[in-house]
Order: sequence, then C-alpha cells, then structure tokens
Amino acid sequence: MGNVWQLMLWRILLGLLTLFAVSVLIFSGVQFLPGDFATEVLGQAATPEAIDAIRRSLGFDVPAYMRYFAWISDVARGHFGTAFASGRDVAELVAPRLANTMFLAAMTAAFAVPLSLTLGLLCAVFRDSWFDRAVSFVTLVSISFPEFFVAYVLVLWLAVDAGLFPVLSDISSQSTLAERIFVSVLPALTLTLGVLAHMTRMTKVSLVNLLDNQYIETARLKGNPEIVVLFRHALPNAWAPITNVVALNLAYLITGVVVVESVFVYPGLGQLMVDSVQIRDIPVVQTCALIFAATYVVVNLIADVVSVVTNPRILHPK
Amino acid sequence: MSMNTLFQGFLGRSRSAGGVTFSAGFGFLVISVYIVVAVFAPLIAPYGEAQIVGSQFEPWSAAFPLGTDNLGRDVLSRLIFGARNTIGIALAATLVAFGIGTTLGLLAATRGGLTDRLLSTFVNILMAIPLLIFALLLLALFGTSISSLIVIVALLESTRVFRVVRAVAMNVAVCDYVEAARLRGEGNIWVMVFEILPNLRAALLAEMGLRFCFIFLLISGLSFLGLGIQPPAADWGSMVKDYSALIAYGDITPLIPAMAIALLSVSVNLIVDWLLRT
Repeated sequence: MGNVWQLMLWRILLGLLTLFAVSVLIFSGVQFLPGDFATEVLGQAATPEAIDAIRRSLGFDVPAYMRYFAWISDVARGHFGTAFASGRDVAELVAPRLANTMFLAAMTAAFAVPLSLTLGLLCAVFRDSWFDRAVSFVTLVSISFPEFFVAYVLVLWLAVDAGLFPVLSDISSQSTLAERIFVSVLPALTLTLGVLAHMTRMTKVSLVNLLDNQYIETARLKGNPEIVVLFRHALPNAWAPITNVVALNLAYLITGVVVVESVFVYPGLGQLMVDSVQIRDIPVVQTCALIFAATYVVVNLIADVVSVVTNPRILHPK
Repeated sequence: MSMNTLFQGFLGRSRSAGGVTFSAGFGFLVISVYIVVAVFAPLIAPYGEAQIVGSQFEPWSAAFPLGTDNLGRDVLSRLIFGARNTIGIALAATLVAFGIGTTLGLLAATRGGLTDRLLSTFVNILMAIPLLIFALLLLALFGTSISSLIVIVALLESTRVFRVVRAVAMNVAVCDYVEAARLRGEGNIWVMVFEILPNLRAALLAEMGLRFCFIFLLISGLSFLGLGIQPPAADWGSMVKDYSALIAYGDITPLIPAMAIALLSVSVNLIVDWLLRT
C-alpha cells in the first residue's frame, strides 16, 4: 500500500503546485494592465484622487512579489477586496452566486452522470447495433452545437410551447428548495445535453477497449454469463478511466455554466463574471476567475486521486 | 480534379475503397455555400450591413424575409454579412493559433531538453485554467476589440495545437531519416521545416478542422455574451442575444443565426470525422 500513498501524495503536491501557478498567473494579469487603466475605468470620474485610490488598491507602490503574497494571504482569509462598480465587498457579492452555481452544477451532475454511464455501457455491450450508431451520431452532432442554441430550442419547446417551465430562472434568497429545482430544470437540462455526449462516448470507448482484452475472452470461455463478465471482470478495470471522464466533464460544467446562466439569467457566478467583464470590474473578475480555476484544478486532482485508488493494478502490485 | 483526389493528394496517401462519404459530402456542400455567401455578401444581401430599413422587430414579410431586428435593420442581410465576420474572425484566430502552436511544438520536439521542458510546463500551467474563464479574464484586462479578441483566442488555443504538434513531431523526430539529416549537418530549422513538418500534414489538417470548430464556437459564445465581435458589425452570436427576447413570443428568428453556427460546426466535424477514418 505504501506505493499508493506515495503516488497520491505526489499527485496532491502536483495539484497544489498547479494551483499556485494558476494564482500567480491570474494575479500577474493585473500587472500587465495598460498604464491608463485607472483613467479608463473611471471615465468621467477620473479625478487625480480617484486614480490614485485605484492604483493604491491595486498596490502599485510595492514590489510585485510582495503584492502577490499580500493578495494571496488576503484571499486565503476570504478577503477579496472591494468591487470597483458597487463598492461592495467582493466576498459578499460572490458567495450567494457561488452557492447558486454549485446548486446548478450538482443538479446537472445528478442528471448527467447516471444517464451517460448507462448509455455508454449499453453502447459498449451492443456495439455496432443501430442503438450504438444512433447514439454516436447524436453525440457527434450535439458536441458541435453551441450551448445557447440547445438552450433556446429547449426554451421554445418546454417553456414557450408546452408551458412547463419558466423562461427565466428567477431565484432570490427567499426561494424554497422546490422553487429552486423547478426554475433550474431547463438550465440543468441544457448543461446535461452538453456533457452527455462526451461522457457517453468516453465511457463506451474505455469499456470497448477493455472488452477486447484476452482475460475477458477467458472469462467468457469459462462459461460465465455476459453480465458477470461485464460487472465482475470488465468494470473493475474501467472505473479509473470512467471517473476521469466524469471529472473532466464536471470540470467542463464549470465553464459551461457561464453561457447557460446568461441565457436563463440565472443568478450564478458565471453571470456575475460576464457582467463584471463588461464593466471591467477587475477585483470581481479576478475573484471569479480564481474560484473557477481553483475548482477546475481541484476537480481534476480529485479525479487523479480517485483513478489511483480505484485502479486494481496499482492497488495490488505484483 | 475532383475534391476527393485533391484531398488524397494533399494527405499524401491513396485510399483503396470508398471516397467521400455521404456525410462528408454534405459537409463540403454546406461549407462551400457558406464560403460563397461570405465572399459575395454585398451582392447577395438585399440591404446594407448596418442600414436601418424599417421599424423595430417587424415580422417576416416579402420586403424583409426574416423581419427586422431591434434597431430596424434587415435580419436576412445581417445574417449574410454575419457569415463574413463570424467565419473570417474565427479563421484568422485559427491561423494565428496554428502559426504559434506549430512553431513552438516543432521547436520543443526538435530541440528537446530544456526548451521542451520549459515550453511544456508553461503550456500545462496555461491549460490548467478553463479556456473560457481565461478568455474572460483577459478580455476584462485588455478590453473588447476585434484585434484583442483574435490575439487572446489564438494564444489560448495555440496551447492545444502545441500539445498535438509536439506529440506527433516527437514520434517523427526519432526516425532514421531525421537522424540522417542531422548527420548531414543540417540545422534545427531545416530539420523542422523539411524533415518533420511534411509528415505532420495529415494530423495537422484534422486538428485544424477541430480547432476551427472550437474557436468558432468560443468566439460565437463570447459574442453571445456581448464580449466578442462588437456592434455595428453583424455577427451570429450577438444576433442570437439581440433577438433572444422574441423567443418568449414563440418567434424562431433568434434560432436562425444559432442554427447557422450549429450547421457550420456540424459540417466541419463531419469532414474531420471522415478525414480521421480514412
């Protein structure tokens, strides 16, 4: 088992390093700002005092590495600075949005993961059947569709024509859980269609590759029923690639939410980031980018760790 | 010379059976139509790109086949001019991304050692941030203009090109004829351009199709968010956003530019799929 711990520790270390590099990158973006940035953001209100205040809030009077450590230690304690536009605390602005986005992502995952694993499994078992062909055609087509196209088609069908769901996702802090779920169905469905194709395809591919192995042939020749071959012999080796696929797609969800939230005016982090990019509210954009990127890195890291602990070849070395 | 033999020549291999499949043929057909529309937009469009010709949101009629938009401009004309802007900018970004990605990928594969390690580490770090998020951050920093859009998207996508080119070129770089060229005393650049690059054609072509799709969808997405191609230039992504209010009344006008985006990216994918299978 020592081997596994070593490997996992190494992966986690690598993940932390990546996280550090990403934070440096996001931080240094602000350092390359064009010189007249403060003037441009303030526009009409560019009094020398206001320009000075922005410069100071970005801390342009101390060396870059010191600013980085000051910034990152603030971030670690939950201080993200103040938003340019509203003057509100960024953490306060971001927290409810982040919760909403997490809710949407969790709901999507609850739809998408079981569905795509089942579809992928069926495609692998009934390889080259009409079912398999239909699924691979649909997956090819659906990855080429922009999210907003899928979203508006769903809106037209399920919200406008059928009148089942609301066109916009109106969520306030007073919304009950049932209300939240109800208004999140359409965005979650759009996101599900976005990740379904890829997850199904990858699940199928990883299973198909396994089923071609000789030990599977042996298991069949011993007279095992197909279902036993599949679940006892093939699946244990498929978990590692499958978790990877699931994690990759959950990570994709993180960026996918941006456009989908915008379509449904869903009050999530993506919507906040887009609005802030439009008015160039750098502290908010920076915070959102950091949260998105950190989640992405952490999800990938978890996938890495899970694929190590579920891999029988590493767990039981010869 | 037919399209098929042309592609065979370009790919440098002969195909025994088959030829252009139905789906690939469909892809080629759609793309040719798009190219014709984009090139001859001013001749085809009934009105000008930003010309105000009616009142706001007029319904479909003989004068305005797809109605007018939120400012009273003809939707069909905007759609036709949109082909130019949307595809043109995506194509420009793809070419720049390939220029950067291929050069650096070849450099990493031929020089190896420290160059390779530095470039690969840097690319890995860049790729640890989701692309759309990174693009949003950079757009916030540098502002939204067509030139910054092309540069930002191209730089971010070039990391993906770098990875593919490096991986394929690594396999070629260990071949005997590359070794022979080195022993002949050829320099790194000569080896990159004349020994390795020609062997990447097939892989690069398929990758280019895929990358174009990603870039095209990314730019459309950014335009949809109001951060890509800026008005008054006609563009499909922002058209969807501008007309989206109509959806609530059961009007499908906003779906038409979205459909135009989807159809082009499906077509390119169908061709790539065919290229990869043959």
